[in-house]
Amino acid sequence: MNIMTEASVEQKLGSGTNEPSIKMKGEKVSVHYGEKRALFDVDLDVRENQVTALIGPSGCGKSTFLRCLNRMNDTISIARVTGKITLDSEDIYDPKIDVVELRARVGMVFQKPNPFPKSIYENVAYGPRIHGLARSKAELDGIVESSLKKAGLFNEVKDRLLESGTGLSGGQQQRLCIARAIAVSPEVILMDEPCSALDPIATARVEELIDELRQNYTIVIVTHSMQQAARVSQRTAMFHLGYLVEEGATDKMFTNPDDKRTQDYITGRFG
Amino acid sequence: MVGYLVVLLLILAAAAYWIGRTRAVASVNGDVARLHSLPGQHGTFLALFAAGPALFAIVLWSMVTPGIESSIIADRFSAELSGMGVPQAEAFMRDARAMAFGGLVGFADPTKEAAAAVYKSIHATSAWIIWAVALMLSASGFYWAYSRIAQAYRARHVVERVLRAFLIVCSAVAILTTIGIVLSLIFESLRFFQQVPLYKFLFGTHWSPQSAFTGAGAEAGAVNQDIFGMVPLFAGTLLITFIAMLVAAPIGLMAAIYLSDYASKSVRALAKPVLEILAGIPTVVYGFFAALTVAPYFRSMGESLGLNVASESALAAGVVMGIMIIPFVSSLSDDVINAVPQSLRDGSAGLGATKSETIRKVILPAALPGIVSAMLLAVSRAIGETMIVVMAAGLAANLTANPLEAVTTVTVQIVTLLVGDQEFDSAKTLAAFALGLVLFCITLTLNIVALRVVQKYREQYD
Repeated sequence: MNIMTEASVEQKLGSGTNEPSIKMKGEKVSVHYGEKRALFDVDLDVRENQVTALIGPSGCGKSTFLRCLNRMNDTISIARVTGKITLDSEDIYDPKIDVVELRARVGMVFQKPNPFPKSIYENVAYGPRIHGLARSKAELDGIVESSLKKAGLFNEVKDRLLESGTGLSGGQQQRLCIARAIAVSPEVILMDEPCSALDPIATARVEELIDELRQNYTIVIVTHSMQQAARVSQRTAMFHLGYLVEEGATDKMFTNPDDKRTQDYITGRFG
Repeated sequence: MVGYLVVLLLILAAAAYWIGRTRAVASVNGDVARLHSLPGQHGTFLALFAAGPALFAIVLWSMVTPGIESSIIADRFSAELSGMGVPQAEAFMRDARAMAFGGLVGFADPTKEAAAAVYKSIHATSAWIIWAVALMLSASGFYWAYSRIAQAYRARHVVERVLRAFLIVCSAVAILTTIGIVLSLIFESLRFFQQVPLYKFLFGTHWSPQSAFTGAGAEAGAVNQDIFGMVPLFAGTLLITFIAMLVAAPIGLMAAIYLSDYASKSVRALAKPVLEILAGIPTVVYGFFAALTVAPYFRSMGESLGLNVASESALAAGVVMGIMIIPFVSSLSDDVINAVPQSLRDGSAGLGATKSETIRKVILPAALPGIVSAMLLAVSRAIGETMIVVMAAGLAANLTANPLEAVTTVTVQIVTLLVGDQEFDSAKTLAAFALGLVLFCITLTLNIVALRVVQKYREQYD
């Protein structure tokens, strides 16, 4: 699954020591939904082992951009994506790319927790099963356990792995969905407002988890919460009306943004 | 005569609506906003009271009078009637009634004519009475309601309440009819079980009620209890239903999956209605399609394979019935599959599952209870289906599991028992009610189970 192309190796070696290398790169990405244009020529890089937050008012195109990164827009028949997006320098919209494999490398966690109506174990084992990642039952057990541990859920559910995943609390369900995404060992995890349906305590738990996951994965998160973006991300991108307004290190974005619209949005003057 | 009365009352109602409206508007000198209720509601209020009670009286009258009239005739002609048996007396009354209302009667005689004349005069009197009563009710209702119409009068609430009562009556009619049918089934079946013991009916394996009365003379009229065994019919019904589901379940389910998850919007917009046209084809058309096209085809195919296929086979009837219930299965399953939230599809796709993996491992398991209940409803539909089996499956009550032979079903036998000249109190015709009761119990159970399964399933998502 981790096919490293020559280009990406070069990129890794070539990049500076303290600046992480670029994992995914969007160039002039535009999206049309039928006649309506939702995204205008967005250039945005996602850096390895960092959390990139996408912020902006509702309908600004941040979720649309996120869904381009693992081609989830393919499931919407009227959506049309132009421009170029690369993962380790490979064009993911290249016809030669297998979208199934792409989504295994770029996993996704959704806004509303959506565990399958199966047992907790089966939820996590789903991905490894369809990709044939485990050669034996013991190996599968191992993947399930380590994924649940990484998602910080194992201790809470270890005695009821065979109970339904839909019976968990909202926060637990979302962490189960994260465990499910981790189980196929993706390189990038996309999160579409993962905490918007959760209470503050569950949110804090998930945010903590995102920070831990950064060690091993590259994360892109869409959020409506400025505090969340400031807390969990290293880089932030601000969208407005389908345009990328500004992008940069989170510290700078929140203290000294270049664009007035970013300043206004962050301080709550519009949006 | 009374028909004119109803028309007259409807005209009165229309006039009352207009009068009520006008009076309401006049009561506030045209400033409609000051009225508590809209002018139209005042109009409806007046119309309801002008025509409602009178129409109700007419309905009551038409339900009660035939009985009263007959009892008066029976009273006057008690001497003549006393010499007759029950059927002859009933025939006499029927004929007298028919002659009174201008019908044709085979054997007219002076007594009947006299009875008819009395009938006619009684009926004329009662018609006059209802005219008078209805017009009086109408007038007093109109007067009462008219005097009420005023600026502050709450006509809206009265109209609402009357409307509610009307809706209650409508639903009561449906429920009471169902109860009535079930009760009549039960009572007729009880009469049957007085002649044939329940266990012989339920567990007997020989069915040939056409030879119910054997022998002559003293033995005539004795019921042979051993020829009312319903097991062969039941087995035939199950066999045909099984074949039908073998056809309908996979095809219907696959079609539903294609329509809900694979078809583009335009294909779906075209294919779904076309599939549902299948459900609109009258079953009798399916019946002759089965009898004239499918059955001979199976027969000749069987011959070329060296099999002996009866010209009326369970296979032909079952296959055609299966085709008939495909739209039933597919449209119910389609609803259920569509009810599985999109978020589950996205979640699965986001993990790198292909479409068919998503459907097999996530959508179908989630939709399974609903699909099962769709299948059960389809089964109860198949069990109750009559026309196709009458035409294609035959009448011979064979107890066999061989789909190439002719079998018969419960519904077919009900038809054959009740068609033709029958006395409605012989064991033979009463058997039809017993069969109907069994059929009713089976389909009712299936429907209840199916609804329960659906309810359980709904709780999961909502």
